[in-house]
Amino acid sequence: MAEPLLSLRGVQTHIGRYHILHGVEFDVAEGGLTMLLGRNGAGKTTTLRTIMGMWRAAAGEIRFDGRDITHLPTPDIARLGIAYVPESMAIFADLTVQENLVLAARSGPPDQKRLDWIFARFEALKRFWTLPAGLLSGGQKQMLAVARAIVEPRRLLLIDEPTKGLAPAIIANMIDAFRELKDGESTLLVVEQNFAFARQLGDSVAVMDDGRVAHQGGMAAFAADSALQQHLLGLGMGEHQ
Amino acid sequence: MLRSILSDDLPRSRWLALALLAILVGLAVAPFLFPGAKSLNVAAKICVFIVLAASFDLLLGYTGIVSFAHTMFFGIGAYGVAISLTRMGAGWDAVAVGTVAGLVVAIVLATVIGLFSLRVRTIFFAMITLAVASAFAILASQLSDLTGGEDGLNYRLPAVLRSSFSFGDTWFGVRLNGRLLDYYLVYGASLVLILILLRIVNSPFGSVLMAIRENPFRAEAIGYRTVVYRTIASCIAAATAALAGALLALWSSQTNPDTTLSFDIMVDILLMVVIGGMGTMYGAVIGAVLLVFAQNYLQDLLAIANKALVGVPLLANLFHPDRWLLWLGVAFILCVYFFPTGIVGRLRQKR
Amino acid sequence: MKRDWLPLLLIPALMIGALPLIGSPASWVTLTVAGLAMGLMIFIMASGLTLTFGLMDVLNFGHGAFIAVGAFVAASVMLALAPWMTADSIWLNLAAIGPAVLAAMVVSGVLGLAFERVIVRPVYGQHLKQILVTTGGLIVAEQLLKVIWGPDQITLSRPTALRGAFLFGDVAIEKYRVLAVAVGLVVFAALALTLNRTRIGLLIRAGVENGEMVEALGYRIRRLFVGVFVVGSALAGLGGAMWGLYQETVTAAIGAQVAVLVFIVIIIGGLGSVGGCFVGALLVGLTANYIGFLAPKVALGSNILLMALVLLWRPQGLYPVAKR
Repeated sequence: MAEPLLSLRGVQTHIGRYHILHGVEFDVAEGGLTMLLGRNGAGKTTTLRTIMGMWRAAAGEIRFDGRDITHLPTPDIARLGIAYVPESMAIFADLTVQENLVLAARSGPPDQKRLDWIFARFEALKRFWTLPAGLLSGGQKQMLAVARAIVEPRRLLLIDEPTKGLAPAIIANMIDAFRELKDGESTLLVVEQNFAFARQLGDSVAVMDDGRVAHQGGMAAFAADSALQQHLLGLGMGEHQ
Repeated sequence: MLRSILSDDLPRSRWLALALLAILVGLAVAPFLFPGAKSLNVAAKICVFIVLAASFDLLLGYTGIVSFAHTMFFGIGAYGVAISLTRMGAGWDAVAVGTVAGLVVAIVLATVIGLFSLRVRTIFFAMITLAVASAFAILASQLSDLTGGEDGLNYRLPAVLRSSFSFGDTWFGVRLNGRLLDYYLVYGASLVLILILLRIVNSPFGSVLMAIRENPFRAEAIGYRTVVYRTIASCIAAATAALAGALLALWSSQTNPDTTLSFDIMVDILLMVVIGGMGTMYGAVIGAVLLVFAQNYLQDLLAIANKALVGVPLLANLFHPDRWLLWLGVAFILCVYFFPTGIVGRLRQKR
Repeated sequence: MKRDWLPLLLIPALMIGALPLIGSPASWVTLTVAGLAMGLMIFIMASGLTLTFGLMDVLNFGHGAFIAVGAFVAASVMLALAPWMTADSIWLNLAAIGPAVLAAMVVSGVLGLAFERVIVRPVYGQHLKQILVTTGGLIVAEQLLKVIWGPDQITLSRPTALRGAFLFGDVAIEKYRVLAVAVGLVVFAALALTLNRTRIGLLIRAGVENGEMVEALGYRIRRLFVGVFVVGSALAGLGGAMWGLYQETVTAAIGAQVAVLVFIVIIIGGLGSVGGCFVGALLVGLTANYIGFLAPKVALGSNILLMALVLLWRPQGLYPVAKR
């Protein structure tokens, strides 16, 4: 079996005096989309931030493409081809939509073809191209945050709750975009609360519970096993469906 | 008994205990051990600065906020007494009125500044206090009708505190006059103020302050209004500084911007607390003694080095007697990096 | 933020409001130019400080050291070139001022690099220590200035071409102030262009808002910060040199004195905002000059009053920087 693109082994992370991750272990195979699920507070966001080096792992190892990246500084991790869309979106409110994307394109001016591809899915970005991003609506900010991650080809996309607060029409566009990306150039690791969305899009799944990965496997099998869902995600998830 | 006087906050180091005892006893017998007006002056200054530095430690060490306006409150206390002694004549009523007025002004001002800027962040508070203090110093020198401007005020102390007042002949060769009484007034008041501060930092209120210092968000989450606690701490510190100022005014019979309001004094206080040891109270005592000594005797040491280096252009300047602050400044920076709990912290580790 | 014109309107409002109080239009023009000159010099010194704060949450209480160093270095160079300074040719005068200012900027910039490495870097993210250590840095720097240049103040006279005033009828405008305004506007324009039209500027603006995300996009914000710190120090040196020529005396205390004004300006403007710093600096300069004329006794307190008023209106300053 080929080495996974991303693998975490025994990763422990503390935030201040709180011990959040207690030895996270899972693999993300190259190509495809892995859903990272779990209840609130299970450690999903912390896991993504630890991969990016934004929180430091106190123990364990994170490998990307055969390289140990556990102790690399955040910019170096990003430069290996990993893009991150935080839950807070963290768009630059004082910069225009254009400037946000120009900044995200590290290797030069954004490619027009690729921009057109993005505009086709997220039409609002084209419309508000020269507007300060702070004036966008919540959904539009989410589009911009995702667009920023994909304005140039990246090998791995870490995306934290992309559908939060989005209108159904936009979610459909987002699904399209992610599907094209995973079938093409990128591997995706997506944190999600919306199980309907996760089930549609995910190839495989890792479920976190209390700072550990409690289950890893194919999405189809997990989607079929409602007892396991009940056990790992609780009743709340059923209501989303 | 000792435990309760020290509010259960013992020195916890034999050397520290010895040093503190030496300072306590040394200052108590200073008039007899080192007779002469100048050394008595140094001893009184040490007493006043111990109080001033300790009150600053309440802010810096225990509450974790940096105020650059501490000398302002010191000056307010000093000018309160100085102005009332100048205007109302040399009576105790004037001393009382001046002290109370100084206290009130200091507390009101500290409250306003605190509510204005403590809710934001440490850096903001530091900047605002710096700006307010420098404006106040300029204001004090501008309002010359009230404050005597740059020259300050010269006034007469109450009769019993003057050297002309005598309550006996001599004792162990020291004249029993008003100055001696004045010194023991300063000494006694300083001792009481220090013990009160010790009590405050070891009270439940002090524990809350330290909890806020460690983690303001958590303290707020538990239900402590951090702004209120910090503002109260800053009021207590301001009031104590004002009392220290009043003591200085009562000792020296002259008050001017240089001795009470200048940024130089602010720097001195910072050095005292940080080098002595932040958040220990005793550090302020050690630091104040050390700094006043350094001001008086490090210069002599540097003079020797300076003489040895005459002819070496820059190096000689480096050891010029007036450059003692350079060396203390370097010590200060090293302390912040390597010994955040200062001398007291080091002594306690060695125990 | 870009569309918030209200604070900007304060400047003309203040100017117009002061006119009837001052009465004589001639004095008003003189005071206004003086205020603008003072404000722009403060802006030059303050711009770097506010940016480094915005970018890395670092406030350098020792910023005044760079101001003082700039003033001393420029003074030394100008004293060395005294014959050119006193020559009756504007070109020779400028030939003396140019190298002086350049030297001031280079030395302060290099000092800034060292300061960042030795004083600031070990205490990132620890505000209390940061305040203490940078204050310690100021103490030491001030003493070192006395070691190198001696404890006495240096008197400096402006070059021949910059003495006196332009006269338009009964309106007198000091020549040096015109130069100060011109230099200030050039610096502001250069900063504005850099921030709005270049990639570095884009990075700085993004970094002020959310440095962590800039790193997640693959940029090393530390390097950016060091660069801004050094440029900010060099600008402080430039401002110090100009301030020294303006006051015609240079003392080791100049840094700490001007730094107070600089702090007031960046508080008024909103910590981290260059535009706010510009508006704040002009407001402070104008107010100081108007009040200095109307009620000299309270002139220096006027800045505090201005600061209090602004903070009552906008507790985070005129242009609060959106953080995270």
